[in-house]
Amino acid sequence: MIEIRFHGRGGQGAVTSAELLAHAAINEGRYAQAFPSFGPERRGAPVVAYCRISDDPIRIRASIYEPDFVVVLDYSILRIVDVTAGLKHPHGILVTDSKFPGEKVRADLNIKGKLAAVDAKGIAMEVLGLAITNTTMLGSLVKVSNVIQKDSLIEPLKERFGRIADKNIAAYERAFKETVVVDG
Amino acid sequence: MGKRVGMEVSIAASEAVRLANVDVIAAYPITPQTHIVEHLSEFVNNGELDAEFVPVESEHSAMSVCTGCAAVGARSFTCTSSQGLILMSEIVYCTAAMRLPVVMVLANRSLSNPISIWNDHTDVMSIRDCGWIQYFAENGQDVLDHVLISYRVGEDRDVMLPVIVNMDGFSLSHVVEPVELVDQETVDKFLPPYKPSVVLDPTHPVTMGAIVLPSCYTETKKAQDEAVKASMPIILKGWQEFGDLTGRYYHPIEEYRTEGAEVLLVTMGGISETAMWAVDQMREKGRSVGLLKMRLWRPFPFEEFRKAALKARMLVVVDRAISYGGPGGPVASELRSALYNEPKRPIVANFIAGLASRDVAPFDFIEMVDRAEGACKKGTEPEYEIYGVRE
Repeated sequence: MIEIRFHGRGGQGAVTSAELLAHAAINEGRYAQAFPSFGPERRGAPVVAYCRISDDPIRIRASIYEPDFVVVLDYSILRIVDVTAGLKHPHGILVTDSKFPGEKVRADLNIKGKLAAVDAKGIAMEVLGLAITNTTMLGSLVKVSNVIQKDSLIEPLKERFGRIADKNIAAYERAFKETVVVDG
Repeated sequence: MGKRVGMEVSIAASEAVRLANVDVIAAYPITPQTHIVEHLSEFVNNGELDAEFVPVESEHSAMSVCTGCAAVGARSFTCTSSQGLILMSEIVYCTAAMRLPVVMVLANRSLSNPISIWNDHTDVMSIRDCGWIQYFAENGQDVLDHVLISYRVGEDRDVMLPVIVNMDGFSLSHVVEPVELVDQETVDKFLPPYKPSVVLDPTHPVTMGAIVLPSCYTETKKAQDEAVKASMPIILKGWQEFGDLTGRYYHPIEEYRTEGAEVLLVTMGGISETAMWAVDQMREKGRSVGLLKMRLWRPFPFEEFRKAALKARMLVVVDRAISYGGPGGPVASELRSALYNEPKRPIVANFIAGLASRDVAPFDFIEMVDRAEGACKKGTEPEYEIYGVRE
């Protein structure tokens, strides 16, 4: 079982990210579960969402305490939330939005272990015209992990975004290409 | 086999309501509410479900509409949570006493005050004695299946009772997971049209819900009690036939790795899945721990419970509601009572946990078993403990 925790700000689509990923995995015939850290929705406030993916039925309905991957949808979260809390050592990977190179993120925030960075906000602004980084960060996560096959996300993206699906697919593909991995 | 789809559990509930081809949906569409009614209103609006959607002004009215509609012979549905249930509770009791088979999905959430929107079982336990058949779902598939099963059972001429499908708020209602849909043909085979023997009809007037003098009240209540008890064989038959059609069989009490278990965890609702995970971990370490999952709460499955529980030395019952100043959580109290006449009964340890969505993780179940074992070794039978309080 793979456990993924998403950190973002209300309105950036952390919950949507987790759900899209679960849909993709379920469409592959596997088991998945996506859920938010439940609370009153507040735009801009830090939010957490979770996704579990497994080849077997998932028999756990608690929060994720020791994620295999942590995905950060907004660089500014890194300074206010301990996003790497419980991240599996030594194989857990932090995947983050950052306009700075991964090495700088690691040094600035004293992050150990493997890290993947992409300028998600930059890509989202260019491709979508909005700083909503959910589909972009999924491109980055899929690049650095094998949690789903890359194309499995296309159908869920089409279903969720309808007429703006193409732009989201473009953002997803571009982040997949531009993600830089820094080994721990 | 039905199509396997990833969907939010609330959406699975509305899919089931569509498949059940209900005639009337009455609901108060804002907080506390789930995506269930939102999705149902879309079905009705898009012509995918030929039903009357009544957006009432309160939950009290929602249950009034459902009750009235069931009385004229319409298949009726509503859903609510927490404060909404409390507001409708006056009518909830009437629906059962008038033997009208409304089905309600209850996304279980805490009651105020303090204000909380989160998940536990304090809402449904406040109407424990309302006279409805009450199931607890453990995952999205259960929710979908039990909406269908509830109409089949509730509308049976030998039952004629309303049914509550309890699904945990948020930890089930807001989770996306795989659900296998049931195709319409199978549903139609399983669920015949609702044809009550008596309906409200101006051309053949009858009275429902009339005043009963003290000389007859006791008798009507005895009849109601008998009716709920007598629903058990129809519930079992409904589960059996549903299983034969879909391959998914359900039971009043479900056992998980209970073979030779000295200690049995007892859970109800969505935490049962996490409890299975915890049992797996304890079994791996050679510990003699199993799990009993309570699926049916009313009618209470005495026979099945005793059969499963009497094999153990200790039960560790996890409740999701408090009875202030009372004998512990409602589930544990009833289980103790069900065991009282047994000459050799297991010790019942009781933890009240997971209030307002406080996480109950696998390690919490292990901790509860450890603590109950510790108390047992000291020779004390623990009363109850509100687990995980930060002091």
